[in-house]
Amino acid sequence: MEGAASLSKAMEGFEGGRLVVNIVDTPIKCPIAPLEFCFLSDWWLQKRGLRKKTEIVLATPLDGAFTKPVAARMLGKLLEKKKILVEAEFSTGRVDGAARKLHSWDERELDYDLLVSIPLHGGSSFVESSDGLGDELGFIVVDPNTLQSKAAPNVFAIGDATNVPTSKAGAVAHFQAETLGENIQHFLAGEELEKSFDGHANCFIETGFSKALLLDFNYDVEPLPGKFPLPGIGPMSLLKESRLDHLGKLAFRRLYWRLLLPGRRIPLISAQLKMAGKDTSLLSSTKEGVTG
Amino acid sequence: MTTVTLAGTPVEVDDEGFLQKPEQWTREMGEEMARSAGIEKLTERHWQVIDFMRKTYLDTGAAPSMRALGKTSGVAIKELYELFPKGPAKLAAKIGGIPKPRGCV
Repeated sequence: MEGAASLSKAMEGFEGGRLVVNIVDTPIKCPIAPLEFCFLSDWWLQKRGLRKKTEIVLATPLDGAFTKPVAARMLGKLLEKKKILVEAEFSTGRVDGAARKLHSWDERELDYDLLVSIPLHGGSSFVESSDGLGDELGFIVVDPNTLQSKAAPNVFAIGDATNVPTSKAGAVAHFQAETLGENIQHFLAGEELEKSFDGHANCFIETGFSKALLLDFNYDVEPLPGKFPLPGIGPMSLLKESRLDHLGKLAFRRLYWRLLLPGRRIPLISAQLKMAGKDTSLLSSTKEGVTG
Repeated sequence: MTTVTLAGTPVEVDDEGFLQKPEQWTREMGEEMARSAGIEKLTERHWQVIDFMRKTYLDTGAAPSMRALGKTSGVAIKELYELFPKGPAKLAAKIGGIPKPRGCV
């Protein structure tokens, strides 16, 4: 929160130059948030008449805009269209604040006028100090489908406390909650646990100018283009900028308070990913290695 | 997916030359891949990193990230870059015969 408040101040005083958005390492809480920040900065700087005087650079340790190939290609094109430069495979070594330079371990350097740096995410310190409970970053090691800890059967974890290989953002915690609630009851009743969590993540990326795009994916299915939630109809589009997606994001503000927090279901949105409506023709024939 | 011959054995690799089936890998293949990447001789320190990457991948299904590697492999990041110039996590994964490391999502 402190960081966000000081960034807001820095943006207010920004008069153009080079804005570097830097992902230090992965995982971060929300893998697409830095892209959204780039898109919104592009829009905000245009509104203020500063875009022509500003170069926006995304410095990322990944080899492209996103971890999965189809989304990386499509989001990469969108970044290009908006003239946002990508400095790929940039593994941040140190920052020289006085000289305003960002250095990578392989001795590249990036000058900046404003640096927005996203640190590596980590778990709670009590996890790190509890032998065998967490991984090397302090995330609780759980079964990716039941969310039960691998260290102790009476421990379950959710959201960004877990090590599961999907986004650590709120939408995932929401979908995980169904599995978690059911499985705690099963555990207490001495029943078998449900292997029902599939890694489902669903997130909007605001791209400015009253547009947004939507991503929907899980452990096995990478983000693909298509229509959501109704196949062929939508009304929202996947992996493609649209005004309706932006309206969807705005509507979500109300849904969050009126449906999500009181524990009601959002119509048509299921905890598990649905393949209907997704265009699988862009998938390469090779299966990606299991990632984490 | 294409098939190439490494250390006399045909293996399946992706577009960037990463083995797709870690079980097909041998240390001789690792040495050959290291030479093509400009590392003339793999030292004990190289092997420490490669073995660690491979073990982590086989145990957990995921290769460690750069910082996790620096923290847990016993070789600090600075030295990792000396051993495997440009991209240690990627290059050590390639030489160790595991798929290319990617972020989770």
